[in-house]
Amino acid sequence: MEGLKRGGAAIVGVAESDLGQVADGLSVIDLMAQGTGRALDDCGLSLKDVDGLFSATTQARLSVLALAEYLGINPSFLGSTIVGGSSFEYHVAHAMGAIALGLCNVAVIAYGSTQRSVGRKQASVREVNPYETPFKPFLPSSAYALAASRHMHEFGTTREQLAAVAVAAREWALLNSAAWEKKPLTIDGVLSSRMVSYPFTVRDCCLVTDGGGAIVVTSAQRAKSLKKPPAYVLGCGQSVTHANISNMPDLTVTGALAAGKAAYKMARLGPSDVDAIELYDAFTINTILFLEDLGFCKKGEGGAFVSGGRIAPKGGLAVNTNGGGLSYCHPGMYGLFLLIEAVRQLRGECGARQVKDCQVALAHGNGGVLSSQATVILGTQATL
Amino acid sequence: MPSNSDTPLKTYLDHLARGELAYQFSPAAGRAVFYPRVLCPFTGSDRLEWRISKGLGTVHATTVVHPAEGKPFNVALVDCDEGFRLMSRVEDIPPEQVRIGQRVRFRVHQPDGGEPPYPVFTPVRSA
Repeated sequence: MEGLKRGGAAIVGVAESDLGQVADGLSVIDLMAQGTGRALDDCGLSLKDVDGLFSATTQARLSVLALAEYLGINPSFLGSTIVGGSSFEYHVAHAMGAIALGLCNVAVIAYGSTQRSVGRKQASVREVNPYETPFKPFLPSSAYALAASRHMHEFGTTREQLAAVAVAAREWALLNSAAWEKKPLTIDGVLSSRMVSYPFTVRDCCLVTDGGGAIVVTSAQRAKSLKKPPAYVLGCGQSVTHANISNMPDLTVTGALAAGKAAYKMARLGPSDVDAIELYDAFTINTILFLEDLGFCKKGEGGAFVSGGRIAPKGGLAVNTNGGGLSYCHPGMYGLFLLIEAVRQLRGECGARQVKDCQVALAHGNGGVLSSQATVILGTQATL
Repeated sequence: MPSNSDTPLKTYLDHLARGELAYQFSPAAGRAVFYPRVLCPFTGSDRLEWRISKGLGTVHATTVVHPAEGKPFNVALVDCDEGFRLMSRVEDIPPEQVRIGQRVRFRVHQPDGGEPPYPVFTPVRSA
């Protein structure tokens, strides 16, 4: 992005809150606060250092105020951009800009959701759209299914290829003790599961879990003296193409194309430089679309590309190494977890799922119905 | 100038109540605008003309929704010949038989219970 300096800020602390099904009655602000405390511990900073605060949730109207009150702080910079699951990738760019301008120095970005405990309908109230609602699309699944139908029509992508994405995610999840799913999954297992919105069965769709977390962003200068190796923000890019699926300009090309281009340009890197790829896999088609749009394979070839275990552990390309939204966790808006995993991979903290010699990690967030796309490229000290 | 009571949605629904699928045309952009709005998204002009579609289109994308209760049904995106796309449903054939590229014709669906009418489509029988 023009105006942001490559490596000018870094993510220095990351943490999940409780995940899966959290204690009955725990609020989304409880989860944000829990994540904040753990992320500050992770980098050795404390609440009194925090002068920038960002949050987004569908379950609290003025969440950043509620969180500031809860934490007992009066941050000089607040951000509550909410554009769906990619909100947190936007927050990283906004925090970086605010830090560069001296508006704040230590920014916390937090998320929380209790959608599993309270039910999806309660957690995320759907707006009435008079041009879509009468047709009863099962949103968001049906919107992504429409995009998938177009990809299958234009490029011959198959349900088996979509299923390969879910199987790879599950294999990664089995290497992650924090993952919700604990049992192996096969292509046939995906195909024979309950149909939700053709071509998706329930196994083509992300999990419905509770969860939250936080990350801490500060200047490259401040980052040097903290507990763990910084994950420098090398590149950011964003693109909004539509809000509702009936207005998506091209159902087979997402805003990830423009977001990725901007992020690569700022990072002065390309797809072949990326060691760990964390993509917002709300549905199996997402991974295919984003691998194409972010330049890891050609447009239309994503289905064949993900087949044969290519993106599974030991498959050659490390994609969604925590198990993704399909098998690790998906508390409504998943974008923060992409950043958490990317940072941990760069630090070498990932144990059985660790990507060897991971220097550059890419986190790509998606919001709405393929609507808001945001890419963040992170790197170790060696990449500066 | 339209009166204060003529919202884009109201005008659209009034046409549907008369059996017409209405859309807007932007003279400045030289192309159709849908959904109806107060400003052309291509030029920023507030001059938008109402036109009536011939009601013929092509299925652009399709899915079959399998609800927890009740029968599966179709949801489709249809490209009308005048150059606009809308969400709709193809009726009169099983939902899984709706095909991308299929030619379809508009008709009005009037739901029970006083809900506003909405446009659905049926396959055009080839000669």
